[in-house]
Amino acid sequence: MNIYINGTGCISPQNTAQGGPLLAAPREYEQVRLATVDPDYKQWIDVKQIRRMSRVVKMGVAAANLSLETAGITLPDAIITGTAYGCLDDTGVFLTKMVNQQEEMLTPTAFIQSTHNTVAGQIALLLGCNGYNNTFVHRGFSFENALLDAIMILKEGTAKHILAGGMDEITNYSHQVLSRFGIYKKAPVKTMELLNSPDTGTIAGEGAAFFALGVTSAPGTAATLTGVSTLYKPLWEGEVIGHIMKFLEDHHCTPADIDLLVTGRNGDIDQDEMYEEVAAALFPDHAEASFKHLCGEYPTAAAFGLWMANAIIAEQAVPEAAVFYGHAPKKINRILLYNHHQGTHHSFVLLTAC
Amino acid sequence: MSEKVWIAGGGVISGIGLDVPACIKSFRDMQPGMAAMQYLPSVHRNTFPVAEVKADNATLADMARMPENISRTALLSMIAAREAWQSSGLDDISHYRVGFVSGNTVGGMDKTEDFFGDFLANPRGGRLHQVAHHECGSITELVADMLGIRHHVSTISTACSSGANALMYGARLIRNNIVDVVIAGGTDSLTRFTLNGFNTLMILDQQPCRPFDDTRTGLNLGEGAGYVVLVSDSLAAQLQPWCRLSGFANANDAYHQTASSPDGTGNYLAMKGALDMSGVQPQQVGYINLHGTGTQNNDVSEGIAINKLFAPHFPAMSSTKSFTGHTLGASGGIEAVFSALAIKEGIIYPNARFEHQMKELPFSPATAFSTGHDLQHVMSNSFGFGGNCSSLVFSKA
Repeated sequence: MNIYINGTGCISPQNTAQGGPLLAAPREYEQVRLATVDPDYKQWIDVKQIRRMSRVVKMGVAAANLSLETAGITLPDAIITGTAYGCLDDTGVFLTKMVNQQEEMLTPTAFIQSTHNTVAGQIALLLGCNGYNNTFVHRGFSFENALLDAIMILKEGTAKHILAGGMDEITNYSHQVLSRFGIYKKAPVKTMELLNSPDTGTIAGEGAAFFALGVTSAPGTAATLTGVSTLYKPLWEGEVIGHIMKFLEDHHCTPADIDLLVTGRNGDIDQDEMYEEVAAALFPDHAEASFKHLCGEYPTAAAFGLWMANAIIAEQAVPEAAVFYGHAPKKINRILLYNHHQGTHHSFVLLTAC
Repeated sequence: MSEKVWIAGGGVISGIGLDVPACIKSFRDMQPGMAAMQYLPSVHRNTFPVAEVKADNATLADMARMPENISRTALLSMIAAREAWQSSGLDDISHYRVGFVSGNTVGGMDKTEDFFGDFLANPRGGRLHQVAHHECGSITELVADMLGIRHHVSTISTACSSGANALMYGARLIRNNIVDVVIAGGTDSLTRFTLNGFNTLMILDQQPCRPFDDTRTGLNLGEGAGYVVLVSDSLAAQLQPWCRLSGFANANDAYHQTASSPDGTGNYLAMKGALDMSGVQPQQVGYINLHGTGTQNNDVSEGIAINKLFAPHFPAMSSTKSFTGHTLGASGGIEAVFSALAIKEGIIYPNARFEHQMKELPFSPATAFSTGHDLQHVMSNSFGFGGNCSSLVFSKA
């Protein structure tokens, strides 16, 4: 059974919400914290509601709507989201008031909107969707688990169209705390030079990307979601390489069948070493594209990577801003997306042109 | 999709016991777990009764064999997950392809809220180890790493239905041959964040809660963890499984971010969907473990949906939250264990403090603990914020 990517929507630090050729005018930044380029949310959300919604809810709702619009669907059978951090802004607001006001005189709005399923719940509410609704919150696997759940349900036959997506936001609090863990660059770096950085640390990013998945294709459909797999805490690079070989074999292909490798390189010299090892072992002459210099690092960044990979298949070209190495063949039939988050969460998505 | 998924065992830690036998004894003795707060420091400690797990973090850490300074949510999770595994009859965990799917609502918030006071005073203040496991997924990984589970780890957060959705996803992982065994359920410890959040919604009862009673005025929060061990059909053949997870469904009420629709649309769709998957007729269900929080809104919506689906053959039903409190992300897991055990042991659990018939409903909950019932099918309901409604059906064979 094929599972088609019939529509996509993406809100990110790039101009991804407005359509047009992929990364035609890439935005370059020189900072360690990237923020989304916000579209006019009034297109999808009532003005009164916009004021009460946090950024992650708005970007999630917008990306969800964009993906449904491109797929030509008004009501999916299921909504599945992945978010590692959830609704950080409302969580921070409620926590701050709770601490500062010694647990007295609190109001419910921030608490209500702080739960991790707020985005999926809001999408269901806005669409009037009574179908299956789930939210995965597992760090660098949040989005991948959402995809896997969608694939399993589509194969079961209990749904024909599923909306699946991943999103995370940065807040001032979260950035301050995560910075103290030493995961970001100490000084601003030009994003187009990030992937050649000689030292450790990456840049923080955020965004939302949604996919309208279906068991039948739509007029503009470019690719099938052929497979998704995750690998938790591999002991060494050999385990990653073995996992990829097995993953490709499960989908009846070999590294030679892959036309383009899309990787989650993030400019941290230690973390990027794994991509070097994998490319050297399995894809030494393959063209490679990357995406975290465009969207920043966050646990659901692979959703941006998948959005980009799908667009590359649709356009049959790798935009200059995404090229990391080599030249993709004329016909881009299969893309392997390989991402890892902090060396512990490795994920693999196989896309096939249709 | 035809493959059957079985429940090979279960583990619970809650306000009424540190393991499954202790919880069952509390039901038998009609000893609910609500009391004044002993372990959670809060200005509301004398206002709202809660069902705390009756042990401090040092004791829980000893039981879990984990460090005392990690989140209580992870300690509770570890204790219940290990009990579940040990009850299953499976041997060394490394012999199987195992997944761990756990629900929780606020991750390591119990530590984050301690961190936050110092952090607000000074952005470099607060000890970082207190927020190292803030993420929901991090709690799951602390336990997966202790248990030696690597084939699949995932975390679900759909508010009060998180634990039930973990069972559904776990069952699908087995049916799709991704793993052979899944420890599935949920965990949550009490936090000031949650307590104050529910207080702003004005749905906390200052007395022990009275689910499905006409005079009910709100819920009591609880804490704990509960997990079942799901196994494939082929593995079940080598074990003595408690029962089978025969049906499940998840629907969205799509009515309001926190309130249930008056006619219980999502509740009805979830229960109906679960029965449809199991192939069970409503009159074949012997017992319903209600979501039954004790709020005005939940109980009437749930009751109306049950009335619509089951009338005129109402099974025995009760809310075990009248003993354990509402354990949020854990509740679906804890109540799945109680429901699976109900089939295995023929138990109908009591609904504590029920006195007044709800005027909207033609049925009332069971009020006494009883055993010896021949229960062929049991339903467990979990409904939550965000409109997330889930129902599970357990069957004897």
